[in-house]
Amino acid sequence: MTEQLSALIIVLPMLAAPLIVLLRGSTLPWLVATAVSWITFICAAFLLQHVVNEGTHIYSMGGWEAPYGIEYRIDFVNALLLLLLTGIASVVMPYARLSVEHEVGAEKAPYFYATLMMLAVGLCGITASGDAFNIFVFLEISSLATYALIAMGRDRRALTASFSYLIMGTIGATFYLIGVGFLYVMTGTLNLADLAERLPEISDSGTVRTAFAFIVTGIALKLALFPLHLWLPNAYTFAPSAVTALLGATATKVAVYVMVRFIYSVFGVQFSFQSLPLMEVFLVLAVVGLLSASSVSITQPNIKRMLAYSSVAQIGYIVLGISMATAAGLTASLLHVFNHAVMKAALFMALGAVAYQMGGTDLTHMRGLRRTMPWTFWAFVIGGLSLIGVPLTVGFVSKWHLIVAALELGWWPIVLVILVGSMLAVVYIGRVVEAGWFGEPENPERREAPLGLLIPLWVLIVLNVYLGIDTRLTVCIAEMAAAQLMGGAY
Amino acid sequence: MSATYAVLFSILIPLIGAVLIGLTGKRPNLREAVTIVTSVLLFLTVLQVLSAFQAGETIEIELVTLFSGLSIAFHVEPLSMVFAMVASGLWVITSVYAIGYMRGNQEKYQTRFYACFAIALAAAMGIAFSANLLTLFIFYEVLSLSTYPLVAHKGDQKARSGARTYLTILMGTSIVFMLPAIVWVYAAAGTLDFVPGGVLAGRMDTAAATILLLLFVFGVAKAAVMPFHRWLPAAMVAPTPVSALLHAVAVVKAGVFTVTKVALYTFGPEFLAEVPVRDFVIFMAGFTVVAASVVALMQTNLKRLLAYSTVAQLSYVVIAALVLVPFSKIGAALHIAAHALGKITLFFTAGAIYTASKKAELPQLHGIGKRMPWTMAAFTIGALSMIGVPPTAGFVSKWYIFGGSFELGNYYVVIVLMLSTVLNAAYFLPIIFNAWFGREQGENPVQHGEAPWNMVLALSLTAAMTVLFFFFNGPLIDLEYQLAGGGQ
Repeated sequence: MTEQLSALIIVLPMLAAPLIVLLRGSTLPWLVATAVSWITFICAAFLLQHVVNEGTHIYSMGGWEAPYGIEYRIDFVNALLLLLLTGIASVVMPYARLSVEHEVGAEKAPYFYATLMMLAVGLCGITASGDAFNIFVFLEISSLATYALIAMGRDRRALTASFSYLIMGTIGATFYLIGVGFLYVMTGTLNLADLAERLPEISDSGTVRTAFAFIVTGIALKLALFPLHLWLPNAYTFAPSAVTALLGATATKVAVYVMVRFIYSVFGVQFSFQSLPLMEVFLVLAVVGLLSASSVSITQPNIKRMLAYSSVAQIGYIVLGISMATAAGLTASLLHVFNHAVMKAALFMALGAVAYQMGGTDLTHMRGLRRTMPWTFWAFVIGGLSLIGVPLTVGFVSKWHLIVAALELGWWPIVLVILVGSMLAVVYIGRVVEAGWFGEPENPERREAPLGLLIPLWVLIVLNVYLGIDTRLTVCIAEMAAAQLMGGAY
Repeated sequence: MSATYAVLFSILIPLIGAVLIGLTGKRPNLREAVTIVTSVLLFLTVLQVLSAFQAGETIEIELVTLFSGLSIAFHVEPLSMVFAMVASGLWVITSVYAIGYMRGNQEKYQTRFYACFAIALAAAMGIAFSANLLTLFIFYEVLSLSTYPLVAHKGDQKARSGARTYLTILMGTSIVFMLPAIVWVYAAAGTLDFVPGGVLAGRMDTAAATILLLLFVFGVAKAAVMPFHRWLPAAMVAPTPVSALLHAVAVVKAGVFTVTKVALYTFGPEFLAEVPVRDFVIFMAGFTVVAASVVALMQTNLKRLLAYSTVAQLSYVVIAALVLVPFSKIGAALHIAAHALGKITLFFTAGAIYTASKKAELPQLHGIGKRMPWTMAAFTIGALSMIGVPPTAGFVSKWYIFGGSFELGNYYVVIVLMLSTVLNAAYFLPIIFNAWFGREQGENPVQHGEAPWNMVLALSLTAAMTVLFFFFNGPLIDLEYQLAGGGQ
């Protein structure tokens, strides 16, 4: 059974998707989708345990041995990511029912859940697969699902948002494919582990460097690295709330994983950071992205869009850690991948609850929230504190590690940048809290969101605090994953 | 109840109180009873800790470990005892006062007010007993956050912009300066614990320690060393009980407490003496004392005057903490208590005058002594304590700080202290004189008497304590002699 776990995580939602389309109504499709995401979460948890106990897990698809067949290779970083993806999906799914009925409509619900399942297939597939071309296939599956899901948003602008993401996403995927093509020409293999073995001998060649440039740029588009982030704010703003919560927590994170995998494992630290000036490039982009996106957040009237820009800023922190090329920096990045997912999903879900009750997510809708929707308000406050990086929340854990990593390198100005970024977060979260606290609501009646939205939201809020205090799971796995990636073993 | 639990309870009791206040919000009398009971319980708990501490018990608790060497932990040492005693003891009196003030002025959102007040006290207790910089930092931020709704209490434009200044400066400096300083200590020493004698000696060169000290002194904006003092006048938009307990005692004393704690237990006196920038910081603090006093001289609003006076007085403690000779260490601890008593009295009177007559500007106070004799008597005592005239509390602490400066031979500090005394006299004495002997202005003076009885009671109590402190300060000085000896 354990050997099949990595395949099950992908096959189950893939089989569930067509089944869901056949179901009637909106409740049954939802039930199946929720059940599937919970089962995959359990699988991911077992998989992580397996990896911790017995080391890297390898599964050959269809019994074809690598490098001829496709292999799934799960080490610490994959296992951590899979746990995160399936975990977030299992919380968002229960939340989705009410939110989707409200924002998408019951008649489209089966298609919605089926697409959501395909999104899960794509994201988990990218994470699990150890084959460069297979990653491309899953990348396309997840992207297509995302375009469809964004387009289901209520606002007509969702269509243009989806379309511009489609253009940008396709360019990104194409760049990636071109890069992989070059690598195949040079090495004759698509298996990542195989590539990692063969590339050092030919790393001097221009073709490999070109391949590297294409792949890094392509993935940078998918992970919305500044200045390639322009698709993200619209996509997040106009997508249905449940989709934004899921995407904001997972989609860019998977791209981060692919980036890390290629930079550290496939090409190797030596090639990426010493032969090529990746550190300088990433560092500059991360810092500029972090500061500019945080500043832009402050002026956004729509809070969903504000959080979308904040996501771009958070990508800055993550890429900053990647650019350090040290185990400590990488640990901080992986921690932030995990922690940011937990906090951003919670924040987007809180906004979804506001949209459900107030009909929108503008700053005006947040007025007087403390009195009209106290549970949602306090959830937003705690999530916001976590985003700022206040101690006893997950945000503090990853920021602390990032600052310590920067100090280790003696990067003083970077420490300052991280802190200024936190200050900007205080400002943009602060204005929402201020509106919620002092603003006069149009209708002062108390109308808290239904439990179907509140329970999943508070599960994540509790996690934000719990994982901020008990850091054994996240910090240990992130440290081991970083050590593995730095060691170059794959 | 063992002392260990007493320390934890001192943080839990106000928190539980806050929840109960929230639950009883619909019934004001019950809610106020909860506030009073909570504050009394807290004070008794702190007394429990004190008695255990005086019996020589070592009190240390580690609550949780976050990761490698970072933990939430508490301990008790002489300085924390002073801070905890002052904050919790004065909370009892302030609660009595606040009931009179809030009802007398028909303030809105009283439930939120009392609940946030209780949370702020829990944070103050956390700061007092924190055993490492991380714990202190957490409660420091909780204190900033929980007092924000109190500053913005009125909810109008002025209150909100004042509160925004308040939070921006306090949180901004703590995140941009204090947090990196903490991380740096961790990176250099591998621990954040407060250890007598410090943790940095031999692990950091003096050049780096120079920057670190600056980061701490300016990062702890609650100590209000210029140029990061502006939040304190901005906070004066808050209802007066907040200005009295929080912005004369708990919040600002948390700032100087943190600076003292860092000086003694993170740097350590021996190492700090080698840090060249110490003189610069003393200079800045001295400048703050004089400059803030001059600004206070120009104020026409009573509460703003008191705020600037607080800014000046806080820097006394910073100076005393950095002068580092045994005498001044005791002076620092004493001044935390002495200034608290005097200043809370002054704020109480300001609030009493406002409640009784809606007067807040200095020219309006002429001749008010005849209408409010109790209040103005208390004001006189508080002001004399600020100037440092015997027999008041201010004289005792100033004596020790003076003594310390002479011992060190630092005449800059001596001159600053003398100048400050003159300036204090220059802005307090005219108010007292005019209040007692001046003639009321205006054609039809408002006919008013004293404020509600609970306010008068509270301010008389603190005024009496200000005087009594002069005569009965033995136990406190004994307690703080442990500091001078650098541990027990």
